Amino acid sequence: MNALPCAIYVSFTGALLALVAGNRSAAAARWIALATAATAWGITLLAASRFVPSAGLQTLVDLPWITSMGIRYHLAVDGISLTLLVLTGLAATAGVLFSWNIEERVGEFFALYLALIGGVYGVFLSADAVLFFVFYEIAIVPKYFLVARWGSTNREYGAMKLVLYSFAGSALVLAGLLWPYAAGGGGSFALGDLAAAAVNFSRGEQIGMFALVFFGFAVLAGLFPFHTWAPTGHVAAPTAASMLLAGVVMKLGAYGCLRVAMPLFPAGFEFWQLTIGWLAVIGIVYAGAIALVQDDFKFVIGYSSVSHMGFVMLGLAAGNAQAVSGAVLQMFSHGVIAGLLFAVVGRMVYDRTHTRKLADLRALPLHRRLPFAAMTFVVAGLASMGMPGFSGFPAELTILIGAWKTSPMWTAVAALGVLVAAAFTLRAIQVSFFGATDPSDHKAGGAVHAYPRITLAEKAGALLLVGATVLVGLKPDLLLDWIAPSLQSPLFQAVLKGGAP
Amino acid sequence: MKNPPLLSLLIFAPFIGAALLALLRNVSPGGSRAISLLSSLSTLVLAFLALGSFDRAATGYQFVERHDWIAALNVHYHLGLDGMSLLLVLLTGIVSPAALLAGWKERRSPRLFGALFLVLQGAALGVFLALDFFHWFLFWELSLVPAYFLIKLWGGPGATRAAYQFVIYTLGGSAFMLLGFAALFAATGTLDFTQLAQLAADGTLASRLATTGGFWPQAVFLGLLLGLAVKVPLFPFHTWLPAAYAEAPTGVSMFLTGVMSKMGVYAFFRILWPIFPGQLHAAAPVLIWLALGGVVLGGFAAMKQTDLKRMVAYSSINHLSYCLLALFAIAAATGRPGNTSEAAAAALSGALLQMFNHGLSAAALFLCIGVLESRSGGSRGLDDFGGVRSVAPVFAGLCGIAMFSSIGLPGLNGFVGEFLIFRGVFGFAPWAAAIACLGLFATAFFYLTFWQRVFHGPRAGAAAGEWRDVGGAERATLLPLAALMILFGVMPHLLTGLFNPLITSWANHLTLP
Repeated sequence: MNALPCAIYVSFTGALLALVAGNRSAAAARWIALATAATAWGITLLAASRFVPSAGLQTLVDLPWITSMGIRYHLAVDGISLTLLVLTGLAATAGVLFSWNIEERVGEFFALYLALIGGVYGVFLSADAVLFFVFYEIAIVPKYFLVARWGSTNREYGAMKLVLYSFAGSALVLAGLLWPYAAGGGGSFALGDLAAAAVNFSRGEQIGMFALVFFGFAVLAGLFPFHTWAPTGHVAAPTAASMLLAGVVMKLGAYGCLRVAMPLFPAGFEFWQLTIGWLAVIGIVYAGAIALVQDDFKFVIGYSSVSHMGFVMLGLAAGNAQAVSGAVLQMFSHGVIAGLLFAVVGRMVYDRTHTRKLADLRALPLHRRLPFAAMTFVVAGLASMGMPGFSGFPAELTILIGAWKTSPMWTAVAALGVLVAAAFTLRAIQVSFFGATDPSDHKAGGAVHAYPRITLAEKAGALLLVGATVLVGLKPDLLLDWIAPSLQSPLFQAVLKGGAP
Repeated sequence: MKNPPLLSLLIFAPFIGAALLALLRNVSPGGSRAISLLSSLSTLVLAFLALGSFDRAATGYQFVERHDWIAALNVHYHLGLDGMSLLLVLLTGIVSPAALLAGWKERRSPRLFGALFLVLQGAALGVFLALDFFHWFLFWELSLVPAYFLIKLWGGPGATRAAYQFVIYTLGGSAFMLLGFAALFAATGTLDFTQLAQLAADGTLASRLATTGGFWPQAVFLGLLLGLAVKVPLFPFHTWLPAAYAEAPTGVSMFLTGVMSKMGVYAFFRILWPIFPGQLHAAAPVLIWLALGGVVLGGFAAMKQTDLKRMVAYSSINHLSYCLLALFAIAAATGRPGNTSEAAAAALSGALLQMFNHGLSAAALFLCIGVLESRSGGSRGLDDFGGVRSVAPVFAGLCGIAMFSSIGLPGLNGFVGEFLIFRGVFGFAPWAAAIACLGLFATAFFYLTFWQRVFHGPRAGAAAGEWRDVGGAERATLLPLAALMILFGVMPHLLTGLFNPLITSWANHLTLP
């Protein structure tokens, strides 16, 4: 258990090593990156295997850091963060496998990549608001460079938009954290202490503080209408960065909402609950509808991410234990599925066909030329539709059950979103991989040059992610057994009781 | 009780076959065909094993398997078999191998086809045997995936559109069904069909749902209804069906009509009726009209078709609507004074028989049309043939049996089911039975037209040239199907014996909570 902080240190060390090794040999940098990501993932899995679920955070490290301001280097874990740590390790490892073909400045690429991962681990482990914020910023900076340097379509624009949105969001969060710190006497930034101080604030203050922190984080979670950075950012990013952006970085936002905003300001949550719920369900349906009419393959996936994150936000908004545990499960599930979708679209398809236009892809009988990619995408698509048997289903079902207890109307609209998701996913499958079924195309397909085969690294990465989504789909207890007890902690109970049955 | 898990074996044997096919990459086409057929036949063998030790007098579930699965959602791996599910498992066991054999030789990529088909078969069995929503829904949705690809990749020119429409309609229904079950879980904390039925019977379910207030308890019922109505399909949610059945390759059309359409009807009896007896009673007066719409308009639409496959497709809507008509008539009459249990037993018995019989006859008819297509180079219009009887007497005879069974000629299986349904419905709603007769006339009319134009008259169209009578695989599938139609026409008690105690107990306990 105490090894968990090492996931952070290993990642940062690996980043340095990759940078140094990258100057000499690209292959070395790749292997270092893979070893680092896999080691960090191994650490999280090992910790998970020894994890004893309990209510509340289990402290790992607690050292004074800036004593004059009461800031501590405080790392702690509970079932929720553990779920996301395991997700981070999985997504990071798969991401390295799908970046094996990067040729340009390999060392720098993986250094930034691993630094981003280290930051993410840090966020999920922080129990001090300032520490949380510092790691959060560490995760944002490498994103910009990854997108701006190794990205594709409109990358400068995408990167800039991504970072401006992120920084705007963090500015709100920072303001929202300093306010209770100052108002509460400025003793400590520990999440528990801040929550204890919040009792003294007036309802009006709580409403304001909650809005700053929650909506600041919600920008990164892709809550409608603050989601517009997500599709452009995802599309511009190189494959591995899209995988991390959608898979893990959007979770940072949602995690911040859950870990910081909700327990700290229960009265604020109560006030904003209705608004958040409606924004979430509008996002689910709206983003799904937009995905239905995209003609760039990657935009379809980008908007689908926004739609799926809407389910997470809906689960949080419902504000009862069932819905919130579903939301955490959905964070994991979406991390895996979005990673898989971006891997297929960005790496398996785009790197070979050099087009993402659905109209162009329709003309290539891709299911014959890239059968493995087609199969993977079908599986990922089914998972993304919320088919039972994959992780999305128990997650969405749990969220719907919980949301029903709070507001049946939300649930009804969200169910519409499930239908829209099926429609756009099926359309993408149909057009991109099974477009030309005319036998004459078969010959044409044979005449043009063959695409490079799907590499072993790609297959391994795809299998990892598919395995994870099926495993959790059939046995969601694996994660729910960690998540549910954590929600029993007094911090969460203060906010969750409102929607309890 | 240390018996082998027979029901799990039933469900997973086809999946194991599919996995084998997926893994054996270098197996010859002949090898893949053999693996597919053997795995597909496993259902029939295991169903007979189940039949051997099946207690016909019992009304509860038998061979029950129940294991803990997902604690957080109170989900148990719960399987069980009663007379109704046994009937449908037997039907699946008969229709699936026959469907797999249809178009056996000329099919592209038999390995992929076999794997997808076996997944479809296993999913259907899962639907008939699962007693917990979680894996019931898993199988329910899973069945769509292979069906989609089977239609799309092996279907006719309009297959892409038809497959998309089929899946989206069904998923649309499922989304609202999912919502309904989420609400049921929120209210009761269980997704187990037997527990939900119990809660419904003692009135707890209704009172717990009512706490949501407003229109929502009704919305839950409507969500489930919509999901099932699309699947059956119930008029006016049927529009996906003709295209899907017509564009699918022969074997898949056989399975869709023979087995998959029964999934919806089965769920009406297994899920909707026990869980929402009150709401179904309240909605029945409207639903009877929808079922009548299916019976009559389905029949008249079939009369207008010149594509034989579309004709049989519309006739399927007509035939399945009889089953639902029986259920809705009973639901409407529930709680009405007077002894209704005898009529209810007749109607229920008829509805279950009709499911089985329609499965046999419709599958056989699609197979016959497949034979016509294979001889004519793909055309299957009503006017593309003539005088086939004189060149292919055996084929004409077998096809005739299927057709007359479908019309409901006494002595063939189709008659018994329809007769019992009419007998039952007449007791509850004579007017509905009278209107439904229009559907009978329409059916007789279009099948006789089919018979005359294709089999009689001077040899024309594809029949004018060289014509081979049915042989080999075609004969091996059509003959048993025809033989069963005669057997169950003469001795329907072979089937009714399986479920009589079950429906008698249903009919005797018609109460509203």
